[in-house]
Amino acid sequence: MSLAIPATSATPQQNWLEKLGAGHIILAVALVLYPLVASDFFLTQIGGYSLIFGMLGLSLMLLAGYGGMVSLAQITVAGIAAYAIAILGNNNSSILGLGWPWWLAVPFAVLAAALASALIGWISVRTEGIYTIMITLAIATATFYFAQQNYAIFNGHSGYAGIRAPVFWSVNWRDPRPFYYLCLGLAALSYAAVLYGSRSTFGMTLQAIRDNPRRMRALGYHVTAHKVFAWLLAGVIAGLAGVLLVWFNGRVSPGTIGVDAAIDVLIIAVIGGLRHPIGPFLGAVVVVLMQTFAIDIVGAERFNTLIGMVFLVIVFVSPDGILGLWGRIKPHLAQESLRPGP
Amino acid sequence: MRMHRRTLLALAVFTGLTAPSMALAADDTIKIGLLATFEGPFTVLGEDGERGAMTAVAEMNGTVAGKKIEIVKGSSDASPDSAVRAARKLVEQDGVKVLVGPLSGDEGIAVKDYAKTQPNVTFINGTSAAQDTTLRDPAENFFRFSTDGAQWMAGLGTYAFKDKGYKKVATVAEDYSFPYTQVFGFMAEFCKAGGHVPSKSWVPIGNKDFSSVIAAIPEDVDAIYVALGGADAVNFLTQYQQGGGTAPLIGGSITVDQTVLTSKGKLKEVLKGTPSAGPTADTNDAPAWKAFVEAYKKQPGAFPSPSLFAHGYYVDMKATLLGLDQVGGDVSDGGKKLRDALSKLSFDTPTGKVSLDKNRNAIADIFLTEVTEGADGNLLNKLVKVVPQVNQTLGIPEDEFMKLGAVNRDNPSCP
Repeated sequence: MSLAIPATSATPQQNWLEKLGAGHIILAVALVLYPLVASDFFLTQIGGYSLIFGMLGLSLMLLAGYGGMVSLAQITVAGIAAYAIAILGNNNSSILGLGWPWWLAVPFAVLAAALASALIGWISVRTEGIYTIMITLAIATATFYFAQQNYAIFNGHSGYAGIRAPVFWSVNWRDPRPFYYLCLGLAALSYAAVLYGSRSTFGMTLQAIRDNPRRMRALGYHVTAHKVFAWLLAGVIAGLAGVLLVWFNGRVSPGTIGVDAAIDVLIIAVIGGLRHPIGPFLGAVVVVLMQTFAIDIVGAERFNTLIGMVFLVIVFVSPDGILGLWGRIKPHLAQESLRPGP
Repeated sequence: MRMHRRTLLALAVFTGLTAPSMALAADDTIKIGLLATFEGPFTVLGEDGERGAMTAVAEMNGTVAGKKIEIVKGSSDASPDSAVRAARKLVEQDGVKVLVGPLSGDEGIAVKDYAKTQPNVTFINGTSAAQDTTLRDPAENFFRFSTDGAQWMAGLGTYAFKDKGYKKVATVAEDYSFPYTQVFGFMAEFCKAGGHVPSKSWVPIGNKDFSSVIAAIPEDVDAIYVALGGADAVNFLTQYQQGGGTAPLIGGSITVDQTVLTSKGKLKEVLKGTPSAGPTADTNDAPAWKAFVEAYKKQPGAFPSPSLFAHGYYVDMKATLLGLDQVGGDVSDGGKKLRDALSKLSFDTPTGKVSLDKNRNAIADIFLTEVTEGADGNLLNKLVKVVPQVNQTLGIPEDEFMKLGAVNRDNPSCP
């Protein structure tokens, strides 16, 4: 796939406000003020959940959009972090639960996720296209069954329950508002990092490798190392999302990291769009809203059909997702604004 | 004009965000959440559970204490995560103060844990039947008027050993808390009577290929105890029959349920004569049961006879409505009065009297059954014997019962 990344035409005269862009500022203000209008449910179950899945989609976007590697194992990576939190921290399933404080458990969980991601990348890096999808799907499925049938470490089908988000600075981070801001903060950080990273030397090299690995190899670049490093970075983002996910649910079980969830992440990235890091977040909002409210619109028997139809329509109207849709509508809007008023 | 459109859009978005607080305004309706599995391998079971719950609602003509009943549905896919997510949506977004559900074992344990964080909401079980939902570390606001999976097995172990003469039985069951509870209930009696269980196979939910499981069953067993649900049971039984398996079967409650018996194929010959036990029996002659079957059949897509999911959801929904009726539909005190009423509630169901113990778990009659072919060619569970008023400790004194330990894959054991 050829994905055009807008060239950065940063001139020295630009101040930081212009560099940030009006869109980003409006979006940031809106997201920071969102708790003023939203109910607790919309804050966590829609807002927080969308941000978490947006981060998972972002880690996939990093790999697929810049590196050309479509992974179905991002939820697996997040699951490794989530299980690590359950095992290293406290849980009430009376299995393991080593009782580490959060500031020790979280870095360990994210590190484990990043290393696991790098390992998955290292295994799949020699494959391309559909073969990468297949090998990562195989890893995701194998991990799912391993977790489901291993009782000593993963507690089987029941998984771990009773996991609490930490309380520090006298704030309970699982309360709706703090949890939303926690998700927002980490999501914004990941988003900014990916945006910055895509314009860095490494990001440019990665995109060049995506477009023509043979030429890059001939130029003397270590293609495999660059790709595996991209997996490691994607693993950090997915790992952070996994930590948030386990705090959000208060529990983790094989259902969390099943093939359904893996495909959800892919759907989120695809319908959001892979051209820009904002795409996965847009996709996550649409998917979470659909999954939550479709049952109210068409009843219990047919709601999955409705969800599928909406996704089909989005992909049919715009093959590059909601972002592409925006790209198509924008010129028309601009045209309209040029017309004289009524 | 353009401004107007934008203002309207902004208004619409704003209304959407604040809708939950407005939705609580209506005072002449009572909202009840209904949580069942409408996705995944247990979909058929969840749909029949819904029919059962709706039968109870229809029986009250859709009103309770002069208020209209509004059912808000939530769906899970039988995984605990999805059950909690759906419960959260019903409680925190739709604002239900009473929730009926969920359907399956681990879901029940997860929803019980969630119930502890919502002390002002009353949770009434659907058909979830894991022992630990109510026996260990129960939630004050979680009630189960349907019995648990070990209770459902009352009488079966003794019957298999004494009447059928099976001395050695292998078990095949799904790998989560409900089948553990069923195997526990069966083995508690069977081992006590002198039987042996040389091999236990645990298979993941949604398994398609059972060949390795079938190959691992020892040759010299007298029978195979099968506790699989929905599509899993059909897949296993079909493959066992095609593989030339001949050992007689003993059924877990949901293995010989209407959700499996009505499936098409060559299962009939395999299943005929299979003894089982559970909260219902299709050929029950009691007038109350017959009246229930007729009322149930009015629901769209109903089976020839209600499955135990329809029965369980019916009983729990009925208890909910009776409780609400007693308090005049008033849950404005955080449901305290309702929970008091529910804990004391004792009523006659289509399958006999139901009351609660101190953990808010049901004490009820259990039916020993055998699969037979009905007059119209449908398979039915013929009533063999009623075991009256089984409690959660299966008649064993509580301290002695707790010493048997928590239900899991290795407990109990009598190789």
